[in-house]
Amino acid sequence: MTETITGAAAPAVDSAAGISDTETRRQPSSSRPAGARPRTRRRTGAGAILGLTPFAFYVVVFLAAPTVVAVASGFVDGQGRFTLSNLTGLAEPAIAGSFFGAFWLSAVTAVVGAIAGAALCFAMLGARQGGVTRSLVDSASSVLAQFGGVMLAFAFIATIGAQGLVTVLLRTVAHVNIYENGVWLYTVPGLILPYLYFQIPLMVITFMPALEGLRPQWLEATATLGGSRWTYWRRVGGPILLPSFLGSLLLLFANAFSSYATAAALVGQANNIVSLQIRQALISETVLGRANLAGAMALGMLLVMVVVMLAYSALVRRTARWQR
Amino acid sequence: MTPAGEARPRRQRRAPQLRLGPGPAVRAVIWTVLGLFFLIPLFSMVEFTLRSAKPGVYSLDRWVALFSGETTRYDRVYQGLGNSLVLAVVTVAIVLLVLLPTIVLVELRFPKLRRLLEAVCLLPIMIPAIVMVVGLAPTYAVVTQLFGSGSWTLAFAYGITVLPYAFRAIQSNVGAVDLVTLSEAARSLGASVGTVFLRVLVPNLRRGILAASALSVAVVLGEFTIASLLSRVNLQTSLLLVSQSDPFVAVIFALLALVFAFVLLVVVDRLVSVRRRRTAKG
Repeated sequence: MTETITGAAAPAVDSAAGISDTETRRQPSSSRPAGARPRTRRRTGAGAILGLTPFAFYVVVFLAAPTVVAVASGFVDGQGRFTLSNLTGLAEPAIAGSFFGAFWLSAVTAVVGAIAGAALCFAMLGARQGGVTRSLVDSASSVLAQFGGVMLAFAFIATIGAQGLVTVLLRTVAHVNIYENGVWLYTVPGLILPYLYFQIPLMVITFMPALEGLRPQWLEATATLGGSRWTYWRRVGGPILLPSFLGSLLLLFANAFSSYATAAALVGQANNIVSLQIRQALISETVLGRANLAGAMALGMLLVMVVVMLAYSALVRRTARWQR
Repeated sequence: MTPAGEARPRRQRRAPQLRLGPGPAVRAVIWTVLGLFFLIPLFSMVEFTLRSAKPGVYSLDRWVALFSGETTRYDRVYQGLGNSLVLAVVTVAIVLLVLLPTIVLVELRFPKLRRLLEAVCLLPIMIPAIVMVVGLAPTYAVVTQLFGSGSWTLAFAYGITVLPYAFRAIQSNVGAVDLVTLSEAARSLGASVGTVFLRVLVPNLRRGILAASALSVAVVLGEFTIASLLSRVNLQTSLLLVSQSDPFVAVIFALLALVFAFVLLVVVDRLVSVRRRRTAKG
């Protein structure tokens, strides 16, 4: 078993690992004598079904209901009548632009984060599993992937804010003013570095299990057949890792696209990405019916997420083949 | 244990080109570049808290003032911290009292529902917190009527937020233990259902439970979106508020929370892997 706490921090991530879990589970049971099999098939009493209700109730009330309410609120107007006008509101330049901004930001940070994160995983290949290095990197990744938001805004203001350590050092020592054309930290391009600060750790968490799934035997087999390390990566390792790399990349995209806290803490009043646009619609009391526009934007966001996650699960299914 | 221990040195000696990872030079470059990227912002935060009124002069005054407990200026942060700790406890309670029994029950009695449970538990990844918030307001109107407006009620929403993490942690442990055989062995020795769960199954799942709890605590301490938009006070919202009047204190608290979550996860991860190695040997 290769599970660690941090492996678990990548929930959807390795559904593939989930599959291999059940796979290893099944093996001992199939090797059990046939006579033991019927024991598991037992009459499922009413009491057992009752035992599922607390969780079902909880999920319906706090997961299903809010989601349905959020989407449904996009289809009613201020008086509670059915309308499609909120959906047409999505075409407003400011809102369409915020979707585009979030899309662009998520794509850039997902690609850069995936490459940098994969490089870090690659560099960690030598570290022993369950060793101290792995523990430290895993735990740090878990914390940093989660601890976005306010703390991240502080960190980057202290680093590359107008009076940040790096800004001042560059100005006084190297005579380079990174803010020559105005302060960009609080704009969308300024979010790239802070976003990478949680994207790279997420990549480490999600991609490391796949990289560890590479069997040394495959490398040995390639070498036996006269292949070099380059042949191995190009013809064996690369093709096997590609689906999980792309899957992790999609997960990073989804992560950035749905992120709110960092932007909210850093950007302040501007609403250039969609999650900030939703905040604006939720808290503005001045324009009537704006709250329902939030519902329409929530629907738009959800659609993007569903498409991304469907592609992700398709990729994970491909990955699963090699992780048995 | 032994065969692997023998195989490794032999492979290295025989054929250095069979090394899978990068060479020492490439590795050093990767570690240095990424290490700097992650350490410089943290170092900058520390440097920021040590700045004094005179540029270039550093002092520990702010840290000392914070821990001397003399001023009441930080009451709001302490309130937020207190709320977040309560939220963490209630969220872990939800995970242990609602999610854990369900996973065990599905494993023992409804194996066909395993896929469905997994899908439901991973769903919150797909639904951004900001989307949930849009729909949470009516739900919380009801919650407030039933339980009052105490800040701990936010834990109901957080239980959903941590669901994917907690599920993965517990499920990977469940996958490694044959719960069916264990529970039937205990039942045949006359144990009641409660005894089976508490004294047989839970001890066998302690690694997963520990990991799920630690992750839940880390997630709750870092949560901002839902608290902020439902106008609740938790650690992160109070930090953002305080940062507008006293950025130094906010940064100190952010650093402390970060270190706390990191140490918590390292300790749990070490506990888990030490135990695993011991069980592997025995």
